[in-house]
Amino acid sequence: MAQILIDGSVLSASYALIALGITLIFSIMRLLNFAHGELFMIGAFMVYYVYGAWHLPFVLGLLIAALVPALIGACFEKFLFRRVMRVATREENSMLLAVGTAILLDNVALFLFGEEQHGVPETISGVLQIAGGFLPYQRLVVVVMSLALIALLLGFVQFSRPGRAMRALAQDRDAALLMGVDVDRTSMLGFAIGAGLAGLAGGLLVTIQGVNAGIGVDISIKAFIMIMIGGAGVVSGALLGALVLGFAESIGYSALPGSETYLLIFVALVLFLIIRPQGIMGHPWG
Amino acid sequence: MRRFSALIGFALFAAVMLIAVPLALAGQGYWLTVLTTAALLAFGSLGVWLTFSIGRINIAQGAFALIGGYVVAILGTRYHVSFWLSLPLAVLIAAAVARLVGWPILRLRGVYFAMITLSLTEVASLAFLNGGSFTAGASGITSIPRPALLSSSLSIYLASALLLLIGIALAWRFAASPTGAVFRSLRQGEELAASLGIDVARYRLLAFVVSSGMGGAAGAMFAAFQQNIFPTSYTVNDSVNFMLYCFLGGLQSVAGPVVGAFLLVIAFQLLSVIQRFQALLYGIFMIAAMLFLPNGLMSLPQVLAARRHERDAVVPPR
Repeated sequence: MAQILIDGSVLSASYALIALGITLIFSIMRLLNFAHGELFMIGAFMVYYVYGAWHLPFVLGLLIAALVPALIGACFEKFLFRRVMRVATREENSMLLAVGTAILLDNVALFLFGEEQHGVPETISGVLQIAGGFLPYQRLVVVVMSLALIALLLGFVQFSRPGRAMRALAQDRDAALLMGVDVDRTSMLGFAIGAGLAGLAGGLLVTIQGVNAGIGVDISIKAFIMIMIGGAGVVSGALLGALVLGFAESIGYSALPGSETYLLIFVALVLFLIIRPQGIMGHPWG
Repeated sequence: MRRFSALIGFALFAAVMLIAVPLALAGQGYWLTVLTTAALLAFGSLGVWLTFSIGRINIAQGAFALIGGYVVAILGTRYHVSFWLSLPLAVLIAAAVARLVGWPILRLRGVYFAMITLSLTEVASLAFLNGGSFTAGASGITSIPRPALLSSSLSIYLASALLLLIGIALAWRFAASPTGAVFRSLRQGEELAASLGIDVARYRLLAFVVSSGMGGAAGAMFAAFQQNIFPTSYTVNDSVNFMLYCFLGGLQSVAGPVVGAFLLVIAFQLLSVIQRFQALLYGIFMIAAMLFLPNGLMSLPQVLAARRHERDAVVPPR
């Protein structure tokens, strides 16, 4: 029981980074970032190379894991999405573009990084014992850093000037433009931060789960599940979704073998969506 | 007039598919297989096109292809049911599943629907993986008996071509009928359609069920011809590809998904050097299409005409 709670908290904390990133992009751009899992995977590979293969400090690896996806995200926004969202005649266009970027990153990663599964050595060894459950220090590091990053992000969005611009943009793009918000720059920054969060989540989780070039789709699907549970474009919904999915996974994996857990999660999700199609915190079709 | 020229186009395409190709490629099994693949993928994409016409982004076609394939595989290997009986059964079962899951998930729109259908592809794969001895798990079902009457690659090709022609006729009929008009009205606004007395829930379910039945048929044919099926035979990437064919060809006309599928499948056979980069190029095509040809290849003449018009326009003196 204690073990389930511990595993659930570890998963929830790092999943929250993924969910917050995709929510940030969704609320600012009205765009579902299909490449989110791929950005996660790239972040994980950055830590693998910098820390695992070249034996440089883990923190440096994390920094690069945030910067590289952020740069990719910023380029996507500046060169692809901005143009397509301006000229699109059907709302599907920007979404299919997002699918295209996901396929692109998936295959570039396969080409650059190969197919094998990679892991990294622990940053801290040792296990903490709480109430009959085991919490390796490595996982404690992941939880603490995830929570710190979440707090940092929420603070940034709430209090900083660019953060306020992002919230204004999420509320009403035209009004934000009229109030003198640099919409293009703020969108680019938002996309970069969202992508960077995905990369950071990957960089943190690689120490627990390892990485291979094929995990992108799985992570994207997890991100989608979380925002379907919580409601798209709502910060509190993203956090709730992460909490629900993290604990559902830890309970499922302790009771069931293999991939049956996800089958059940999907069934539960569909049943849940019958009752509440917009998610727990979402606005209907907002 | 437009209708007439479309009819001529269809007749020409049918003549090429059923007469010219068999005459020209009778002995070349390899190319017949390529065209069979293109025809079946085009057929599956037509279904996705139908759901696009009600304004939904359907990334679940892989799931229904998988269901159709497994129906044929299980009936053929365990119960020795003839392919010609299990094919319609595969369509019916895929359609029944679509009816069951479609009712709740079709209430979702836009990105929500895209997300849930994408997940559905993953669910189908997981379900067959965890099906125990019934679906044979990860090892899949192999040595599915060849369908009676379809022993040569030529006959297999003809069956697929025929199926595609029926599919085109069906999709065209749908698009031209009052039902097609209702579908388009759903794309423009479900509330407005509902306010006009249209039973929105029924029509969107109809589109999804027909689409999924077509996916089931394509999967059933593939399984029977390749004589095997695995939980990973159709992944999220395949579901996305069905969508890509539609988009590359263009969503405006029935010909779109057919053009898209044939062009991509044949192009990659001709350029075998780049086959290694197939998936990568698919991604690039998709991005390029969205950037430069958001309405698909079928809109190329219009785009070029508009460009020419722009160039030839007289610049007023300042």
